[in-house]
Amino acid sequence: MELVNAEKNLRKRKLISLVLKAGVWLCGIMTVGILIFILLFILLRGVPNINMEFLFGTYNSDTLSAFSSIVTTFEMILISLLVAVPIGVFCAIYLTEYAKRGNKAVKVIRLAVDTLAGIPSIVYGLFGMILFVNILGFRASVLSGICTVSIMILPVIISSSEEAIKSVPDMYREGSLGLGATRLGTVFRIVVPTAMPGILSGVILAIGRIVGETAALIFTSGTNVLESPTLDLFASQRTLAIHMYMLASEGLPHSKDMAFATGAILILVVFLVNLATTKLAGRLGRLGNDK
Amino acid sequence: MINNDKIKIENVNLYYGEFHALKNINMNVKEKEITAFIGPSGCGKSTLLKSLNRMNDLIEGVKINGKMLLDGIDIYKDMDPTMLRKRVGMVFQKPNPFPMSIYENVAYGPKTHGVKSKSKLDEIVEQSLRSAAMWDEVKDRLKKSALGLSGGQQQRLCIARAFSVNPEVILLDEPTSALDPISTMKIEDLLVDIKKNYTIIIVTHNMQQATRISDKTGFFLHGEVVEFDETEKLFSMPKNKKTEDYITGRFG
Ligand SMILES: Nc1ncnc2c1ncn2[C@@H]1O[C@H](COP(=O)(O)OP(=O)(O)OP(=O)(O)O)[C@@H](O)[C@H]1O
Ligand SMILES: [Mg+2]
Repeated sequence: MELVNAEKNLRKRKLISLVLKAGVWLCGIMTVGILIFILLFILLRGVPNINMEFLFGTYNSDTLSAFSSIVTTFEMILISLLVAVPIGVFCAIYLTEYAKRGNKAVKVIRLAVDTLAGIPSIVYGLFGMILFVNILGFRASVLSGICTVSIMILPVIISSSEEAIKSVPDMYREGSLGLGATRLGTVFRIVVPTAMPGILSGVILAIGRIVGETAALIFTSGTNVLESPTLDLFASQRTLAIHMYMLASEGLPHSKDMAFATGAILILVVFLVNLATTKLAGRLGRLGNDK
Repeated sequence: MINNDKIKIENVNLYYGEFHALKNINMNVKEKEITAFIGPSGCGKSTLLKSLNRMNDLIEGVKINGKMLLDGIDIYKDMDPTMLRKRVGMVFQKPNPFPMSIYENVAYGPKTHGVKSKSKLDEIVEQSLRSAAMWDEVKDRLKKSALGLSGGQQQRLCIARAFSVNPEVILLDEPTSALDPISTMKIEDLLVDIKKNYTIIIVTHNMQQATRISDKTGFFLHGEVVEFDETEKLFSMPKNKKTEDYITGRFG
């Protein structure tokens, strides 16, 4: 009796694990499949429309060139990261390494960070428009956009850096302090390099947000497009995502095609920037990578 | 030969918040000897060891009073903790090499204390690894990650790392508890070998280990030092009944 039961049980367990395995596979294939479908769809519709004029020409209603938008996109990514990453990482260092446990300020900062992370980007846009565009008088400009976007990506950088720094084992800190290193030296030579991969994944998420941002930027850096690229921070100039949005909603005969072309470029930009970030951080945090 | 007192511990009490973890400890540690701390779990061995290089400073709510002197200088009043830790090195229970190359692990300490020249660093790295008896094992893979070493090798690397800043005292907290007998033996041989240059204090749960390598042994119980004497005497004719119970295994 017992034995029969056990055998029945075993068969049941085997069946369950088979079903689960199939489920896992199915989900995996579906995810990858959807991803590939989207990528192919955009690339197939977009890439054939990419030409030199579109990439590097001057903008007019014929070329609909993305050149100035490409340049502004890179400019925005670079400067926003230069502003937000140090602030975010230092904030995370303070929260994890220096603030005393149960500190009131820490609780407030955490609450603020979590709240800020959940706010829709259009709210940032409104805020940026009032503060940077109007009150500070930056007008609708790349600068206003960069300021807004920097604030917007701060929470994701802070929280991912905080997680990464927290997950650095205490025994590394003890080892370093035990050799007579200072607190600060330990943070910058042991803790941050060890946490680099985690900090980096926050940076990559942040890049994704910048590249994909439209709502917050329409209010701050504007939808204007210049004929040729500029690095002037006070110019009003759109990024690629806004370029795509504008093209998609414009009535010109070829603007839909060019919207897809922009999408294809957008994918490429994200890919390139992530690659560069990974490489750079690999060099910065050479620790642990030199197996 | 009579050695000088390297470390003097006078009437030390330590509290973790309300908890009285060390009770009126008095102890003198002689230069160039190996001193072992034994006792059941939770009796305060690690606590005393860590307070000797002020690693307890890192824990919130620790209060300590009494005096700890290194070469006659009060380490809690008249010494900067980073300077103290350079002079009093520590090897932890769990091997904790940094996630860097073997070379960088050993070079980290001297770099921290301002050594910049590559040739000087090379020299220190080789010296330290030789002192830890692992130069030949690793000289061909100095650039490889230290995390790829075996547990025993990692622990010896940590000992080499402790040597690298040229300390006077080395504290070891159960350095062999996670290691196999051969690695353990290597480390014991190493400690006996280096005691001519260093003052060593080792916490161990292994009484054979204490008898094999130490000159003096302190037996701890509930935050007190019950007995502190030459290892031979303490193990052959303990003065205190509790010590006797513990070393004969009739305890707890
Ligand atoms: N950070 C801490 N906060 C509060 N109490 C602590 C802390 N560290 C240790 N203690 C307590 O102090 C006592 C002594 O701890 P300690 O680590 O020194 O023991 P030990 O003799 O090293 O034990 P073991 O042999 O298990 O390592 C224990 O009762 C422990 O619970
Ligand atoms: Mg202990």
